[in-house]
Amino acid sequence: MRLLDRPGGFLEGNIEALHAGLERVLHAENSAARRGLLQPLDARVKVAGLLSLILVTATGKRLGTIAALFALAVVLALLSRISFRVLATRVWTGTLVFTGAIALPALFLTPGTALYRVPGLQWTLTSQGLTTAGYLLLRVATSATLALLLVFTTPWAHVLKALRVFRVPVVFVVILGMAARYILLLLETALEMFESRKSRTVGALDRAARRRMAVASAGVLLNRSLQLSGDVYLAMQARAFRGEVCLLDDFAMKRIDWLALAGFAGCAAAAAWAGR
Amino acid sequence: MMLFETERLTYRYGNVTAIAGLTLSIREGSRVALVGANGSGKSTLLRILDGLYFGETGAVRFRGEALTEDRFAGDEFAFSFRRQVGLVFQNPDVQLFNPTVFDEVAFGPLQLGWPKPDVRQRVSEALDRFGIAHLRDRVPHRLSFGEKKRVALASVLVLDPAVLLLDEPTAALDPRSQSQLIDLLVEWGGGAKSVITATHHLGDLEDIADRCLVLDGGRLAAEGAPAEILRDRALLERSNLVHAHRHRHRSGEVHSHPHMHPGKLDPGD
Repeated sequence: MRLLDRPGGFLEGNIEALHAGLERVLHAENSAARRGLLQPLDARVKVAGLLSLILVTATGKRLGTIAALFALAVVLALLSRISFRVLATRVWTGTLVFTGAIALPALFLTPGTALYRVPGLQWTLTSQGLTTAGYLLLRVATSATLALLLVFTTPWAHVLKALRVFRVPVVFVVILGMAARYILLLLETALEMFESRKSRTVGALDRAARRRMAVASAGVLLNRSLQLSGDVYLAMQARAFRGEVCLLDDFAMKRIDWLALAGFAGCAAAAAWAGR
Repeated sequence: MMLFETERLTYRYGNVTAIAGLTLSIREGSRVALVGANGSGKSTLLRILDGLYFGETGAVRFRGEALTEDRFAGDEFAFSFRRQVGLVFQNPDVQLFNPTVFDEVAFGPLQLGWPKPDVRQRVSEALDRFGIAHLRDRVPHRLSFGEKKRVALASVLVLDPAVLLLDEPTAALDPRSQSQLIDLLVEWGGGAKSVITATHHLGDLEDIADRCLVLDGGRLAAEGAPAEILRDRALLERSNLVHAHRHRHRSGEVHSHPHMHPGKLDPGD
């Protein structure tokens, strides 16, 4: 959604960002309903298969193997109709920014063969430092892409039910379920707050007023969304929710699911052997 | 037989007392309105009656059995109680947490372990009955407020509970939706069910209740038939359910009289 009124304004910027956030949250459910390679598979197969690939990614000792898993994740995403743009904006940018900040010192602090000296700073980029940072970045990017595959190709309720099949404790599953609902409530509440503020604001806000508003909004938002998510849990309890996820659709393994499970197992075993 | 009884019940949110030593009883099969201004303790009482909150002191009984946290820890009692008692929250947003309207209405029956073909049939019937069949595949939190309210109500009434607790069911609805909702509630169960409605809309009282309990500051201020309560102007003013409305006549005379939204006091008012 694009707001035509003062597009550069602080409130308008926040409202637009919140709309985009809401769209992103809803995008996952829409994407899970599309026709693609992974979408029709049994949720248990995807949970087991993708988690095993994440495990192999985390323990792999060869950069080439992790890079191959990354390529596999990208191919699976494209075949599941998750676009390159979605991967770049939702996964890789965040990975690069947050993991990059952690990996950056390793480039210069890891002892080894000098590759480049930063002029005037006495910092030496080493070959070993570059490899260490590469491992970290590639591992995180691959794991995050695989995790996104699960969330974007499976309705959230099915993911939760599959986790219960694998004996993940009820408390953990409830917390995951509530976390998803909490994020949505937080975004909706924030959106309402900023829209209501916009309706009562004339002219642009100066920097101090923006700061004051941001601080005040954060506190109010946290309180309101906490209270709302508490109420959501009460409403679930009122309709007999006891922690178990019950769905109309029963999980049933079809031929394609067994084939996919074998495919995931084969890939994970091959990657574990190659990356040892 | 008594449906609900509370005895010297107290409930606090931190330092704020919401229910202060409340003693009341509600008969099986009755239609009761909990009337009170904002903050009088109506919503808290409904949550206590639904076994979601538990009083700090005092007792609550449902058909003679104590409603305690320990009893809800066991599946048998919890499922049996949830099968019999349904609560519709004031804010429909808190009741809508499923990906589609159909899933939302199916949530309760599935939790109660109903057979899946029955769930599908009952949910479809409920959607038709509430005029929301065309919304079955929509995302609930993207609906209009009135539609959300209908989905929230359908998600509880699909369970066909013997006892229905309603928190401000007509709040923030347009007049047509209000009247449709009240008709639906009046028709529901052919009048054989128990309905407890929290409201501060005095105009709805005679339609939705045959007995009123007026709450004020978490205490029972009065009880009686709706007509009796509506006639007691001093009580309504004391409980902040009506306010003095001041206006100027053409002659210049300033006139003030009790006022409520929408008005249903004596015609002479």
